[in-house]
Amino acid sequence: MQEMALECISARKVFYIRKETRPTAKPSTEWYASPGERDVGGQAVAHAGAGRAEPDAHAGAGERERGAGVGSACAGVRCNSNGCLDIRSACNGGPDSRASRGTGTNGRHRGRLAVSRAVATLFPKSVRVEAVSGVTFSVKRGEIFGILGPNGSGKSTLIRLISTLLLPDEGEIRVFGHDVVRERFAVRRLINRVSVEAAFFKKLSAMENLSYAARLYDVDIRWARERAIDILKRLGFSESKAYEPLEDLSRGMQQKVAVARALLTSPVLLLLDEPTTGLDPVSKREVQDYVLEVRGSHDTTVILTTHDMQEADRLCDRVAIIDQGRFVALDTPARLKAGLAKNGETVTLEDVFFTLTGKALKESRLEEEDYSD
Amino acid sequence: MIELVREVRRSYALVERNFNLIKRYIGWEIVFLVYTVVNTLTIAFIGVNPAGGGGGGGDRVLYLVVGALLWGFLSVLFHEVAESVQWERWEGTIEYSFMAPMKRLSYLGGVCLYAATYGAVRTVVVMLAVVSLFKLDLGSANLGAAFVVLLLSSLSFIGVGLMAAVLPLLSPEKGSQAAHILEAAILLVSGVYYEVDVLPAWLQPLSRLSPATYTLRAARAALLQNASVRDIGSDLALLLAIGVVLIPLGLKVFNWGELHAMRTGKLKRSG
Ligand SMILES: Nc1ncnc2c1ncn2[C@@H]1O[C@H](COP(=O)(O)OP(=O)(O)OP(=O)(O)O)[C@@H](O)[C@H]1O
Ligand SMILES: [Mg+2]
Repeated sequence: MQEMALECISARKVFYIRKETRPTAKPSTEWYASPGERDVGGQAVAHAGAGRAEPDAHAGAGERERGAGVGSACAGVRCNSNGCLDIRSACNGGPDSRASRGTGTNGRHRGRLAVSRAVATLFPKSVRVEAVSGVTFSVKRGEIFGILGPNGSGKSTLIRLISTLLLPDEGEIRVFGHDVVRERFAVRRLINRVSVEAAFFKKLSAMENLSYAARLYDVDIRWARERAIDILKRLGFSESKAYEPLEDLSRGMQQKVAVARALLTSPVLLLLDEPTTGLDPVSKREVQDYVLEVRGSHDTTVILTTHDMQEADRLCDRVAIIDQGRFVALDTPARLKAGLAKNGETVTLEDVFFTLTGKALKESRLEEEDYSD
Repeated sequence: MIELVREVRRSYALVERNFNLIKRYIGWEIVFLVYTVVNTLTIAFIGVNPAGGGGGGGDRVLYLVVGALLWGFLSVLFHEVAESVQWERWEGTIEYSFMAPMKRLSYLGGVCLYAATYGAVRTVVVMLAVVSLFKLDLGSANLGAAFVVLLLSSLSFIGVGLMAAVLPLLSPEKGSQAAHILEAAILLVSGVYYEVDVLPAWLQPLSRLSPATYTLRAARAALLQNASVRDIGSDLALLLAIGVVLIPLGLKVFNWGELHAMRTGKLKRSG
């Protein structure tokens, strides 16, 4: 088998999302005055560009589409870590809101506006979201490779591209030399995946769900049942629970079953998309230890996304930080931290994350407030 | 050859899973079975004394009962196949099932195998209930030939089901409802409860396209006139031919739909 477990060359994935117009558009003056508005239109592009200028040295080329609004404060899409908002409607808000108050606008104009609004509501425009934009990296066999990034930065999309669930728009991804598009079947034999939400037939028991998974992979069913119990016990899951409907188990317990499902088929490339989100500290440790053990004993390569910086620090040989669909850094945790350390102060992976994704804590709080209004 | 055996074993995953699910919804299964029996009885009573008088009686009851039973079977088959994807999408398991190293034919074959078994069991239960209630005379019925009709018609309905199964991949929330349109159209043109001659001339060509038309004609010949397999040979051959065309076509449509979902991210949105 090849030394390189995964090669990802300029992978790109774009989604087109139908989005509604913002129902309560604010008058333009108010809109621009709000503190979060540094991110509007032209400034948004400049800001994002500047934020990315430095880390871009590590990342691939190619501009992430963020609306056509360079230089115009009214056109375009406003983005933060939660995604993008089309602000065209907000800009219409100026004249619109005046119209609705009946100041200086005639009835015909108002009628036209109402019609165009109705049309926009019934047939919303699609917004282009580039979830993964030209990501290039490779992972060696036996490595644990971490992907960190804010919400909506493209981690899960990247994992889905690797796991043959999404077709890339551009670029090439190979798992042990097999192309994920052309040799889908061969890739599927080698991989398995845990996603952040445990997807199961919730009326069935853990055992029934695991048997189903084992049969789909044509794993010997008796062996699979024994191994499932072993794995579950190893993850701190009591055997008697394995026969209860999954809907009656807590989220964390379901997540452990999801981990067991992925390991049951002995994948050589294990894709873990936030496997420990929602687990208590002890369970988290159990899963982390097991991942390390599996890597050690089965020579499994692991790709792990997480929001837990300590977990990344503890498990990963190398870590990539992804922001708005691009890798902004890729190195060992130690070197990432060393790169930021000044005058011997201790730097955590969290500091690195904040610096590279361009978000100081205060800034991200402001954005949250702005979105929730 | 070994690979074929493995694929068959993989298909069995679907059969086992679905029967496990039935066990968990056993109460509802009984409710729906009772509903089907009641429904079939209602239709049978129309045969006893049709509205406005006219020739009621044994053969007419059997005529309608055969229509109701067959339609029950075909629609179970069609629905189970068409809704399998919808269900997996709803539970979120679809990504895991589709990520398995398994041919789509085996996956869908498993779904169909389950659907045919389940549909046949239900039909037999309903048939026993109706036959005993109406004391229907099956003395001049060729049950063996009727079984062959059921088997061959399953092929074409699986083909149609595969095409309907793709709908939830195109529109996750509303797609499966669109499958009902297809079903209603087949019911209209296939002569389930009436002879297709009563249809207006412009609808009659459609009835010739529907596999249900031949299924019903052949099944009635077998059950009402004791026709042998040879007597209904031409209808059986037609059913086989339609199945042979529709199944690969259905698979092709399904594959196309799956690729579309993988391109647009419709298998699953979040997580
Ligand atoms: N199936 C889809 N259809 C449409 N848009 C999608 C789809 N999947 C992801 N996106 C969009 O792509 C972007 C990246 O999403 P993704 O789920 O990959 O982020 P993430 O880094 O995994 O976030 P989180 O940390 O919240 O899990 C988001 O803007 C999201 O809205
Ligand atoms: Mg995610």
